[in-house]
Amino acid sequence: MAKVKMTVNGRQVGAECEDRTLLVHFLRENLALTGTHVGCDTTQCGACVVHMDGRSVKSCTILAAQAAGSTILTIEGLASGGEMHPVQAAFKANHGLQCGFCTPGMVMTAVDMIRRHGANLDEATVRAELDGNICRCTGYHNIVKSILAAAAEMGGVQQAAE
Amino acid sequence: MYATNYHRASSVQDAVKMRSAADEGKYLSGGMTLIATMKQRLASPSDLVDLRHIPDLNGVSVNGKSVRIGAATTHYDVASSAELKAVCPAICALAHGIGDPHVRHMGTIGGSVANNDPAADYPAALLGLDAVIVTNVREIKAGAFFTGLFETALEDGEMIVAITFDAPARAAYAKFRNPASRYAMTGVFVARRDNGDVRVAVTGAGGDGVFRHSGMEAALAANWSADALSGVSVDPSGLLSDIHAGAEYRANLVKVMAKRAVAAA
Amino acid sequence: MGVEGIGASVARKEDKRFLTGKGRYTDDMSVPGMKYAFFVRSPYAHAKIKSIDMSAAKDMPGVIGILEGKQLQADAIGNIICGWMIHSRDGSPMKMGAWRPLAHETVRYVGDAVAIVVADSLGEARDAAEAVVVEYDVLPAVTEAVKALEAGQPQLHPEAPNNLIFDWQLGDGDAADKAIAEAAHVTEMTIRNNRLAPNPMEPRATLGIYDSAEDHYTCYTTSQNPHVARLVMSAFYNVAPENKLRVIAPDVGGGFGSKIYIYPEEIVCLWASKKTGVPVKWTCDRTEAFLTDAHGRDHVSTVKMAFDKDNRITGLKVDTIANLGAYMSLFSSAVPTYLYATLLSGQYAIPAIHANVRTVYTNTVPVDAYRGAGRPEATYLLERTIETAARELGVSPAELRRKNFIRTFPYQTPVIMTYDAGDYEASLEAAMAASDWNGFAARKAEAARRGMKRGIGMSCYIEACGIAPSAAVGSLGAGVGLWESAEVRVNAVGTIEVMTGSHSHGQGHETTFAQLIADRFGIPIDNVNIVHGDTDKVQMGMGTYGSRSGAVGMSAVVKALDKVEAKAKKIAAHLMEADESDIVIENGELKVAGTDKVLPWFQVALAAYTAHNLPPGMEPGLKEGAFYDPSNFTFPAGCYICEVEIDPETGTTEIVQFVAADDFGNIINPMIVEGQVHGGIAQGIGQALLENVHYDPQNGQLITASYMDYAMPRADDLPSFKLSHQNTPCPSNPLGIKGCGEAGAIGSPPALINAITDAIGNNNLTMPATPQKVWSAINAVN
Repeated sequence: MAKVKMTVNGRQVGAECEDRTLLVHFLRENLALTGTHVGCDTTQCGACVVHMDGRSVKSCTILAAQAAGSTILTIEGLASGGEMHPVQAAFKANHGLQCGFCTPGMVMTAVDMIRRHGANLDEATVRAELDGNICRCTGYHNIVKSILAAAAEMGGVQQAAE
Repeated sequence: MYATNYHRASSVQDAVKMRSAADEGKYLSGGMTLIATMKQRLASPSDLVDLRHIPDLNGVSVNGKSVRIGAATTHYDVASSAELKAVCPAICALAHGIGDPHVRHMGTIGGSVANNDPAADYPAALLGLDAVIVTNVREIKAGAFFTGLFETALEDGEMIVAITFDAPARAAYAKFRNPASRYAMTGVFVARRDNGDVRVAVTGAGGDGVFRHSGMEAALAANWSADALSGVSVDPSGLLSDIHAGAEYRANLVKVMAKRAVAAA
Repeated sequence: MGVEGIGASVARKEDKRFLTGKGRYTDDMSVPGMKYAFFVRSPYAHAKIKSIDMSAAKDMPGVIGILEGKQLQADAIGNIICGWMIHSRDGSPMKMGAWRPLAHETVRYVGDAVAIVVADSLGEARDAAEAVVVEYDVLPAVTEAVKALEAGQPQLHPEAPNNLIFDWQLGDGDAADKAIAEAAHVTEMTIRNNRLAPNPMEPRATLGIYDSAEDHYTCYTTSQNPHVARLVMSAFYNVAPENKLRVIAPDVGGGFGSKIYIYPEEIVCLWASKKTGVPVKWTCDRTEAFLTDAHGRDHVSTVKMAFDKDNRITGLKVDTIANLGAYMSLFSSAVPTYLYATLLSGQYAIPAIHANVRTVYTNTVPVDAYRGAGRPEATYLLERTIETAARELGVSPAELRRKNFIRTFPYQTPVIMTYDAGDYEASLEAAMAASDWNGFAARKAEAARRGMKRGIGMSCYIEACGIAPSAAVGSLGAGVGLWESAEVRVNAVGTIEVMTGSHSHGQGHETTFAQLIADRFGIPIDNVNIVHGDTDKVQMGMGTYGSRSGAVGMSAVVKALDKVEAKAKKIAAHLMEADESDIVIENGELKVAGTDKVLPWFQVALAAYTAHNLPPGMEPGLKEGAFYDPSNFTFPAGCYICEVEIDPETGTTEIVQFVAADDFGNIINPMIVEGQVHGGIAQGIGQALLENVHYDPQNGQLITASYMDYAMPRADDLPSFKLSHQNTPCPSNPLGIKGCGEAGAIGSPPALINAITDAIGNNNLTMPATPQKVWSAINAVN
């Protein structure tokens, strides 16, 4: 048992946990942030994706202790002031989710993908970038559409600001 | 996962000391294989020594054709290093094809090399590039380093600190992914040096892990073209066989991937 | 159609909670004092249990209790049952072997539960589970159904000699034989329908809470039908009487059939909560899911399709062996019988059909309904056969189908079903146009110049949804009625709650059901709440599976809305001193037609509850319930066309286009319907190209027990899909809905395999068409 401290969704948090505790369980059990999900045990489905120090990672394959001192962003921290993030809004507008279980990981993945590629995303790139996220409901059709829509929207916003 | 004790090292010395003080300690880098294996209860180290926060282990440096990649450099950082891309784009492309974006953000070259998974990509690159694995105590040539499935020349407690190699004139990696795991079902790294030396290194297919294919190397040394490989036969005996791909099919893939790598180099 | 009414692509009400991490799934639930369960499971496919030694495990840190099957039996917890009786052709009832929630005598598949460990943390529960010592006497195992029927094979249940559960038939065997004997051409095939793991992304979970003061149980569970779970756990498993058992299925992360059934874990966790005195939560990991969730498909069939000299189908004879696994799951017996053989006429006028189905025990996890359930098996068999026949006869596959289409409705097939409406040619034409079928030859030639093999294939599917008329299914052996219920509760301020027995686990009911109310009363969907998934809140209902929520669940809502509307109009007529027949409801107002008299909806609702001025004799309140029992199945149908390009050097298949033309009857929300089709097609492509459950035939170990070996479709395996609708309204339900949840998974596999076999010129190919298999098939003919 050790006290693990990190910044989660802009807030300093700390909790006692076993060294074997995974980051995803730390978030879900210790911090009651249950939006991050576990859908497999082989680091493949991506339902657990969060951002650690600005990069998307699989929280099911990182110890909470490894993440100590880092800055974590989960699905719960993405919207600001009640307004959904453009990626969240695009998923809603384009029916990019059905059962919702893979959705937090998909959204966090999409945000990271758009951060790296900007508005230059095309369908083939989006599909390749979704390699680490499995959805069983949507056939990915509307997820791809949502991400492309969000990228265009966010790219447009960036250009307008420049 | 079984219970374990976590330690965070701030220097190589610090890490070696922590590891030697442990009962059944293991170095932990990105953890993309080790943590996954521990979750399956297939590994039970008493202690984990985290290397991610050792500054010396991070980053890519290029000096002319000479490349040094710190052991704790992530696949993402290798893939996106502009300096490295300028001299050896093949290794950047290979790193970009490992796992998925999230795995690439955590997984490291040192971790991958030390684990020597028979379906991992980096072993093919290191063998194809005639790279040197630099540890805290010595330097080991890739040809002597990978000794079998999940087996390496590393001694107990020895730690990889960097990978070095001279960039070849041309190189490329082509892989065929397992449809389920997305690991290499067969991956072939080809490299050609200015002096005409050619290396063809194969991962994902060998029963003993990564290997060089001398027949293809000879054919390519004589004639650096995909067509030169048409007459070379790949012996399926000794290749892996599983529910996804039998040895015959893998032998075919070795040849097809080699051709595609040469065409892309 | 209003902006939120029937036919509008309304964005989903439920999305915000899922998109912001506020969804509440079973594993997200936590209650004071809650502890964690881990199951001790059999590592062997077949073994006698000699002893279970818990002594070391009991002393492990954090352990609260360890319970085994003998204790469960002593407490009179019942065996798990199959709810649909099938009789063999000799009149004997199906042979159901005992399935104990915790095995204490024999284990029959890898993963069979033996004991439950409850501990302070999941890690400790798992640590202790490893310390439970079970001594087994390992027996030989058999995993393949065809083999299990052979002499000398391991026997699973004493009740079922030769592992045969039933030998059932449907149709007229003599007529089919005669047609085949007299045929100008007979196409014969052996068809394998590969075994699949459903893989909803949310693994199963359950939280059992026993309240000793009230002697009451609460069960949070990942269920598609919480009321059925309560009914079965009360009536058959003796967990608790219904009034002492509340079942809640909160947000559920996909089901695809696998969450219909009541599994051992729900039962055992509830019982364990009472035995240990703590709330007990169990969450499946993915490998456990592969080992223990009911699988789908797994048929081996032979088929003969007879044609006359004009290429009209004159007869069809099918012999199918279906693997039901180690035990009979809840609806397992219905899947390869009444959900399969009744669809063997497809879209075609076939005068004589006969099907013989044998179901078999094997040392594998139980097999039950998975998206499509029987209908994908029927469609794959028919559509592979007719495509093959077209190649043998040297005619266009489209023309052969067209020639044999059923064109007049209602149409009585020789296998029970009465098709009520459809226009199969319309979908065929639409799909051919959308895919530029006529331009294929040029595309094939262009691909050949690049060294690629291009192929095109089609499939014309029909399925039966809207499950199902209760009396009809009762006469066929169903243990329950398959109606649905609804209650529409108008609050005093005019907002509305709809209680439905349907359960949404991705289908978007909170939006589509609300659209019915918006359409009827012109009030915003934000003023409507759809309540489902809780037996304490919702009247008895039958749940969601078989594409039934629209056709059956919504029809119940419509019936309740009819009653609410009638009463509201009576009140409005009374208040406005008008004739009831002159009242119209639109845009949230009740108006007297032809006048300027108007009352807002909320005032009528308020009047119903203040009850100061109601028509004489009228009860206060505005709340109505209804039960809807369908009068027929519904028959969605369509045509799918798939075009592929194959790399002959590696055998890799790329889907270059996928076209779906569907007839779902009337559509409530096109956006959601299209989403259902996308997902269904992806699962069908998964079956055809990627997915396969593989047990080691020697020892019964599951080789494909994780995503490392079970190939799930990912984004880059799939194309974007081209969809269209050619709708003929269903005449048997008030909304004219047919259902859309399973079509994609039913229609797509044969289209894909027909395309691949077209491309490679070798018809000898089984699903999944992995690169290795396709490469081998190419080399076999070159």
